[in-house]
Amino acid sequence: MYDANKIIPGLVIFVGLMTVPIWSAMGRVVPPPKPKLDTPVIRELAEKKCVEGKEFMKSSHMQFLITWRDEALRKGKRVYINSRGQKYYVSLQNTCMKCHSNKKEFCDRCHNYAGVEDPYCWECHLAPRDAKGNEL
Amino acid sequence: MLEKALVGSQRYWGWIIFLLAVIGVGFACWIYQLNYGLGITGMSRDISWGVYIAQFTYFVGVAAGAVMLVIPKYLHHYQKYANIVIFGEFLAIAAVVMCLLFIIVDIGQPQRMLNVLFYPTPNSILFWDMIVLNGYLAINIIVGWNSLLAERKHVPPPAWIKPFIYLSIPWAISIHTVTAFLYAGLPGRHLWLTAIMAPRFLASAFAAGPSLLILLLLLVKKLTRFEPGEEAIQSVAKTVCYAQIANMFFLALEFFTAFYSNIPGHMSGLKYLFFGLDGYHELVPWMWTSITFGLFGILLLLIPPLRRNHTFLVVACASIFFSTWVDKGVGLVIGGFIPNPLEQVTEYHPTFPEIAIATAIWAIGALILTILYKVVVSVRQENA
Amino acid sequence: MSMDRREFIKIAGISALLGITGKGAFELLRPGDLDAFEGQEGGAGLRKEDLPKIRWGMTIDVKKCDGQVVQKVRGVCDYLHNIPHFNNKKDEVKWIWGDTYEHAFADGANEYIDDAIKELPFLLLCNHCDHPPCVRVCPTRATFKRPDGIVAMDYHRCIGCRFCMAACPFGSRSFNWRDPREGLKGRKLNPEFPTRMRGVVEKCNFCVERIDKGQIPACAEAAPEVMTFGNLADPNSNIRQVLRVRTSLRRKIELGTEPFVFYLV
Repeated sequence: MYDANKIIPGLVIFVGLMTVPIWSAMGRVVPPPKPKLDTPVIRELAEKKCVEGKEFMKSSHMQFLITWRDEALRKGKRVYINSRGQKYYVSLQNTCMKCHSNKKEFCDRCHNYAGVEDPYCWECHLAPRDAKGNEL
Repeated sequence: MLEKALVGSQRYWGWIIFLLAVIGVGFACWIYQLNYGLGITGMSRDISWGVYIAQFTYFVGVAAGAVMLVIPKYLHHYQKYANIVIFGEFLAIAAVVMCLLFIIVDIGQPQRMLNVLFYPTPNSILFWDMIVLNGYLAINIIVGWNSLLAERKHVPPPAWIKPFIYLSIPWAISIHTVTAFLYAGLPGRHLWLTAIMAPRFLASAFAAGPSLLILLLLLVKKLTRFEPGEEAIQSVAKTVCYAQIANMFFLALEFFTAFYSNIPGHMSGLKYLFFGLDGYHELVPWMWTSITFGLFGILLLLIPPLRRNHTFLVVACASIFFSTWVDKGVGLVIGGFIPNPLEQVTEYHPTFPEIAIATAIWAIGALILTILYKVVVSVRQENA
Repeated sequence: MSMDRREFIKIAGISALLGITGKGAFELLRPGDLDAFEGQEGGAGLRKEDLPKIRWGMTIDVKKCDGQVVQKVRGVCDYLHNIPHFNNKKDEVKWIWGDTYEHAFADGANEYIDDAIKELPFLLLCNHCDHPPCVRVCPTRATFKRPDGIVAMDYHRCIGCRFCMAACPFGSRSFNWRDPREGLKGRKLNPEFPTRMRGVVEKCNFCVERIDKGQIPACAEAAPEVMTFGNLADPNSNIRQVLRVRTSLRRKIELGTEPFVFYLV
């Protein structure tokens, strides 16, 4: 190889720089987030269950929300029947966030942990607010 | 071969650095636009496309113009073009890249651009425009680069590029036809709703592309020892002349249909551009300058002694390039939005960041062109 | 002259039943099947006989409309849909607004028409055309036609190319030239509806979020004496009865887009 003395160190530097996010976080222990479920609406629920099971929501809420979005928006299917046969009105703002009205302590905790700091849902969808109009 | 672009004179590097600086300013403005939104431009609810889309449309024409060298060279074996056809192909590459960049800076959510591929929609002309532009870029890279590689090795170009060369001919026509269809199929935009939009676009393309090419070839000749060949230059100049005559003729046809029929909607766009409408006439001087320069260019090219004189030739080509640029890169797109669907006139003034971004794309085009032409000239000098 | 509620709820109920119990669960597993193309009612995957027989339309009684009605209707719409206000015409976003007769009926205005009509404001909004050019040109199907005729928008998919704005012959579309939340500062937001983000196009959605709940568009509810909303596909509907007895105009009918907003004169 011509100019190996320049190319090989160059490649090493390049790979090193490109992988900064990986090796800089190595060995650092970050405690897993504990999203809070304590909201007025959830407290009132007789049966504390989400639209679908906890594990499913944890792993697949993003795909689930996209399906909801497309069904409601593109097909006008505004009622969802879950695996337990219960009916839900399909809406992020008016269904999900009615229970999970503590966005900062529920959504944001995991999103920050996972490094998806701001799924840009919130550039359009309105986050729940308290009586004073501050985002929760 | 690209490494040849890394060695050059001080003047060469000065030019490159100048272009990079212009690009840097435009890039900063683009970052600002990404953060704030397209509100930093002069576009509005009424004039919803501006400088970006107008420049896009114009440079589709410049890109298509290369075919005016490819047809004589490859279909008619006109060997005088053997030396310069690659300059046309490389001009097409730079122009198409500019077109794609003008689209990218114009869209409101560029990070979602791939939705055009994820949800392919054949009933949208924009979908087809994306296909033909990217295809044309690929064809010209394949043909141009391989021809030059072959030339460097003193061998004939590989046989497999022949089909690509033949394909490039209808493909060049297609890019400007499809781009015309973006406009020509919209109900209610009378200035654009014309069946001769595609022929008009092609005529103006075959004037604009080759006139720019003549200017570039004469510049390369001046800066390096490269000799494009006087007969080749003269032939391209004749092409420019004929195409510009057709272009002006088509414009006259638009006037006839609109004003003889006396249909208000058909007249109002032309009225705004050439005479002013409801007291608004900002583009009137531009449009008449375009007509004057266009006719003046034709006159110079029509008289053989003037055409053979390089000073007059340069003036003629610059006039026609400017004339077609105003006609398509300013008047056509803006004029289509005036008056708006409610017959109100809103005028349009591009802002500084908007112009800086557009200028940066021009600079990117110039940079690509400089590098590609540098490679060609270096290969030629090496072989000489 | 408002909508016959009983009839409305009946239709909405039937369509909801058809939509939800019949195919709902199945279609959840096959997303994308029902993406509606223009001219291809209902899109692929949905058989014509399954389609609810609904074609929403609206009439606007010009003579009963005045500045107050325009203000009221616009206020309701702006609040419900969180439509931003900017203090300049360049960034303007509007779904429904009042304009003059000459502007509303550009190309077709009759200068000898009753002076009373010339003075009146015409309510302008998306016409929810039968052959919408905006849907035809959209490169991502971000704007699409629903089987019930509503020309809807998917703001998640819009790339902001503004081809639809060039294509709409009625000037009904707005672009978010800047962050719309800037234009909502200090105003009460409707917590049940999203805002948009910068870089996407928006327009009147015929209150599709209300229609899917069995309600009528908010403007028609706010000004029942002026606007009638109903099902044009049903010969006995309220809107068909109104159109039977009143003379109506549509905007730029010569362009063949088939607007479904009728102006009663």
